[in-house]
Amino acid sequence: MTQTATTLPGPAPEHTSAATTGHVGPAWHKLGRWLEPLWLPLAVLALWTVGAAQGWISAQVLPPPAFVLDTLRELADSGDLWLHVQASLQRVLVGFAAGSLIGLALGTSMGLSRNVEAYVLPSFNALVQIPVLAWLPFVLLLVGIGEPLKYILIAKAALVPVALNTLQGFRQAPANLREVGQVYGYTRRQQVLEIVLPTAVPTLFTGLRLGFTKAWLSLVVVELVASSEGLGYLIVYGRQLFQLDLVMAAVIVVGAIGFAFDRLLDLAERRFIGARSASLQGGA
Amino acid sequence: MARSVDAAELAAVAPLTAQGSRRWRGLVLPAAAVALWWFTSTLDLVNSALLVSPVQVLDTAWEMISTGRLWRALSASLARELTGFFIGTASGLVLGALLGLWPRFNRMVGPSFNTFKQISLFAWIPLISVWFGLGDVAKVVFLSLAALVPVVVNTAGGIRGTPANLLEVARVYGYTRWQTVTQVVLPSAIPSIFTGVYLALIYSWLATIGAEYLLVSGRGVGNLLIEGSEHFQMDLVIFGMVAIGVVGWLMNASARVLERHIFKGRTI
Repeated sequence: MTQTATTLPGPAPEHTSAATTGHVGPAWHKLGRWLEPLWLPLAVLALWTVGAAQGWISAQVLPPPAFVLDTLRELADSGDLWLHVQASLQRVLVGFAAGSLIGLALGTSMGLSRNVEAYVLPSFNALVQIPVLAWLPFVLLLVGIGEPLKYILIAKAALVPVALNTLQGFRQAPANLREVGQVYGYTRRQQVLEIVLPTAVPTLFTGLRLGFTKAWLSLVVVELVASSEGLGYLIVYGRQLFQLDLVMAAVIVVGAIGFAFDRLLDLAERRFIGARSASLQGGA
Repeated sequence: MARSVDAAELAAVAPLTAQGSRRWRGLVLPAAAVALWWFTSTLDLVNSALLVSPVQVLDTAWEMISTGRLWRALSASLARELTGFFIGTASGLVLGALLGLWPRFNRMVGPSFNTFKQISLFAWIPLISVWFGLGDVAKVVFLSLAALVPVVVNTAGGIRGTPANLLEVARVYGYTRWQTVTQVVLPSAIPSIFTGVYLALIYSWLATIGAEYLLVSGRGVGNLLIEGSEHFQMDLVIFGMVAIGVVGWLMNASARVLERHIFKGRTI
């Protein structure tokens, strides 16, 4: 995706072509290629299983994989898992929705008006330097340890990338397109709606996706530090009881949900932007 | 894909505009906020122990600085941060170079690494605390992990992003593999590698604060915040936040100056 400078025609050099494209070959060869990424995880898993079975490592320090899976199944069967997942999802969705709406509004107003930008952006940049974890004690003292604390911190985490990408998106309309608009005598409203906004959309989407990633990350952090339910709490709880199987099960769930959302947003982004650029080309 | 996320984040960190003569306008909002804060705290409109006056925050700040507490906390935090940063960056450079230069290694390890980095870093802390205790070792392990990820991603990405026409020129001139790597691939990858190292510095600073929160032992800037929060000392909390923000800003600014200095006259 970073290969933008491929200008020369003709065959690519051998070692890079081998690096990027899996070539045709016999079926077993293809299968080997397909299995390659699985070797490392399988080897680790095997070592882990054997190590646990042979008693090289105490189960207290590193519970065997089967044990972790059992715990995960137990959690799912008893319904506890869903309660925690639900609590976490609710927090992240509320925080993300609030944060991205404020971020969009802030980014749009800064993007459309140089004046607003000049007044607001320096303060915004200064506040951005302070990470979520440093805001935590401040907000904790102000609103207490309840749900608003989580919403505010997650919203703050999502707000920053959304606002900055929105601002950048509004600033990147190509000069020649804007000139075309001027030639056609577009009003300012038309300029914004038909030129600036369409070119801003991909960057807006990047901001939203980044915002969600940040929101999910801070959810885990906030729940680790201050909560009594949710996936992060499950991790802390398992740690306190020294039940590492529980900790690992919760980490797996956190990773799986984060991964699923990332894939989903990636897919949506590609679909959306693909359709977008196609329609732009069709329109032009 | 992964690289675009980190790169976008870096773009978000960089300033978008710098207007010389109108810079005063940026000060209006903070000045108004401080004035409002000062007014409400002196007029006793809100009766709360949490609404400390700006003067009190300044007093606390002066006390922390003059007694050397700030310095002790900062040096403890920074020593850990830099240790983790160096270990993480060094191993990240090796891993990233292997992933970028060695296709087979990339096919075998790349997917596992990408899955690994999806898991929120902080979720590892409870496990790290069991395996390495609550002391400095655990913190440094955690910080190294935080620094490792962006270095690997950007090193591998930069190496793979070497323009194909440059590689072709090298092939035409009959460069050996070693020559190609040292004279074509590495020079073209260096800006991206720098980005990775820069991100690693910032990530490991964020992780330092996180580690002080979640692996509570020792003294650092994060511990100042926790102490302030536990004793309802809003002045201490505000001062700690500002200190953390200033250190982060200094890191950002110095990396940017360095970047401009190194890549002066280069078209990236």
